Amino acid sequence: MAEFSEHSEHDVHREVTELEGKSATAARIFDLRRIIGGLFVLYGVIVTIAGITDGQAAIDKAQGVNINLWTGIGMLLLGIFFLAWLRLRPTPPPVPPEEGAE
Amino acid sequence: MQTPTYQSMQLAAELRLPTNGLDYTILGIYFAVVLGIGFAARRSVKTSLDFFLSGRSLPAWITGLAFISANLAATEILGMAANSAQYGAYTVHWYWIGAIPAMVFLGLVMMPFYYGSKVRSVPEMLLLRFDKWAHILSSVLFAFAAILIAGVNLYALAIVVEALLGWPQWVAIVVAGAFVLAYITLGGLSSAIYNEVLQFFVILAALIPIVVLGLKKVGGWGGLTDKLTASHGANFTTAWGGTGIGSSNPLGANWLTIVLGLGFVLSFGYWTTNFAEVQRALSAKNLSAGQRTPLIAAYPKIFIVFLVMIPGLVAAALVPKFGTPASGYQYNDAIPYLMQELLPNGVLGIAVTGLLAAFMAGMAANVSSFNTVFTTDIWARYVVRGREDGYYVRFGRLITVVGVCASVGTAFLASSFSNIMSYLQTLFSFFNVPMFAVFIVGMFWKRASAKSGFWGLLTGTVAAMVNYFVIYKRGIIDIPSDQGANFVSAIVGFVAGAVVMVVVSLFTRPKPAEELQGLVYGTTSPGVAEPPAAGDDAWYRRPTLLGWGAVVLAAACYIPFSF
Repeated sequence: MAEFSEHSEHDVHREVTELEGKSATAARIFDLRRIIGGLFVLYGVIVTIAGITDGQAAIDKAQGVNINLWTGIGMLLLGIFFLAWLRLRPTPPPVPPEEGAE
Repeated sequence: MQTPTYQSMQLAAELRLPTNGLDYTILGIYFAVVLGIGFAARRSVKTSLDFFLSGRSLPAWITGLAFISANLAATEILGMAANSAQYGAYTVHWYWIGAIPAMVFLGLVMMPFYYGSKVRSVPEMLLLRFDKWAHILSSVLFAFAAILIAGVNLYALAIVVEALLGWPQWVAIVVAGAFVLAYITLGGLSSAIYNEVLQFFVILAALIPIVVLGLKKVGGWGGLTDKLTASHGANFTTAWGGTGIGSSNPLGANWLTIVLGLGFVLSFGYWTTNFAEVQRALSAKNLSAGQRTPLIAAYPKIFIVFLVMIPGLVAAALVPKFGTPASGYQYNDAIPYLMQELLPNGVLGIAVTGLLAAFMAGMAANVSSFNTVFTTDIWARYVVRGREDGYYVRFGRLITVVGVCASVGTAFLASSFSNIMSYLQTLFSFFNVPMFAVFIVGMFWKRASAKSGFWGLLTGTVAAMVNYFVIYKRGIIDIPSDQGANFVSAIVGFVAGAVVMVVVSLFTRPKPAEELQGLVYGTTSPGVAEPPAAGDDAWYRRPTLLGWGAVVLAAACYIPFSF
């Protein structure tokens, strides 16, 4: 296996450590909480309105439950939870790579 | 894909859903957001590590939810609901014994090796611990399996979309393929992971109303068990009823093959060595987050079983002989049937979106792990070596295009030869099992030699396949069902792989101790003992506590289903 001895752990280690130093992800990635929060607030509003305006047929189909209303409110709350979390714990500012925690 | 139900995905034609503009608006918004995530994640890709492993920078809650979402493909959701309609509450085994212990093992025992050695993929771990032959074999097999599973997901999506929405199959295949292609090529793994987390919540929003309304319709849990006991017998709603050795049950497995075959071998093979899963944990920002990835995923996994099992049970209770030709429905129709029966427009749109999201999650997880293995393990290692890092990012994007096109091709192939496809799927499912044997022996026995990895992998895979396709399929031994045979074949593959490794090791030279640092139990990689990040020492973030908590909770969940 001499010809492949360069695949030692140290090489992988060094290569990945180097790339981690140059990596842009930690610094530039956007916050997912905003996307989840935004989408669920939007879905929540749409489905809640559908629930408020639903006729009797829709309610009968769903076993007498106004499922659009309840699901809409649930999604709205989940969306608000993510936006509130983002607000209370904002994304930390990017750390300069040379003194980064990694 | 862990779902071991290889029945071809067919749905009854009369399941067309009464969708309207509202539902399509909800679906349209989702597709727009998916693409938006792709474009936004694109800005974060600067190095190959960003593209393939998100720069090892993501927080644990994101990687944890992506970990569960990568598994929660629609084939799993529809397949497990089908499983429940057919076998009843035995489905809980695929979750509580067939997932949780393995996920906890990955987090507590294996992640320090995976994350600490800084490997970029599961095959790369085999390269370090064993030699290039084990590496090539596992990389190539994994690459093929990933494309195949991505294609099968796409094909299953096309069938479901055709039945529910009336789109022609090729339209669904091309549209879904194009979206997955776009967002992974743009943003790499970050894009796939971010979308998976979003999908997780949409899938929950889709399944919860179905479960609530389904239970209401059959008169609650009590009404459901009464109806099923009357129609299917008392064992149908228990986890262990009828699984004594020698007694017969529809699953064709006894408690021993369930515990060893499903709970130990199949489950550990899937959860701890399937790169489509492990990749999510490798993209975490530090070792603690990497360890917590599967542990955070374990908690939702414990409860997701109710969301897929209850619709299956409700369908079985509502429609006499559900799943048999007499009812006009297939087992796979359980969830679509309840969507059609119970959901009004609005929530129906959410449910359709959730199903499509789940199909795309299943496909994207495989595509994003395929491009990583193909680029870092095959191309950069054996074909074009030593180029600048930007070259491999470009190549990764190119191979994503190739991979998606290949899975689209596989999907079209599957639509004409679905039997061949289910064979191939079974075949590849046996590949994770010896992989686990090789990992375990290599990790706990430092004497295991460099050559033993390749031979263990090869003989284990072959032994499992011979047991399934020759000994079981030809009827040489009698196992009552495919599921039962699957469990037994997995045990055979594991034992054969482990035994061959021991024998080969005894006749070949061991690897020098200095090359095993951080790869064998009891050693650590240089640099792995980094201090915990701020806040990671909080009690609720301790991996040990999280892990054992999940095991205890899963065990407690068995109690109401055992008596």
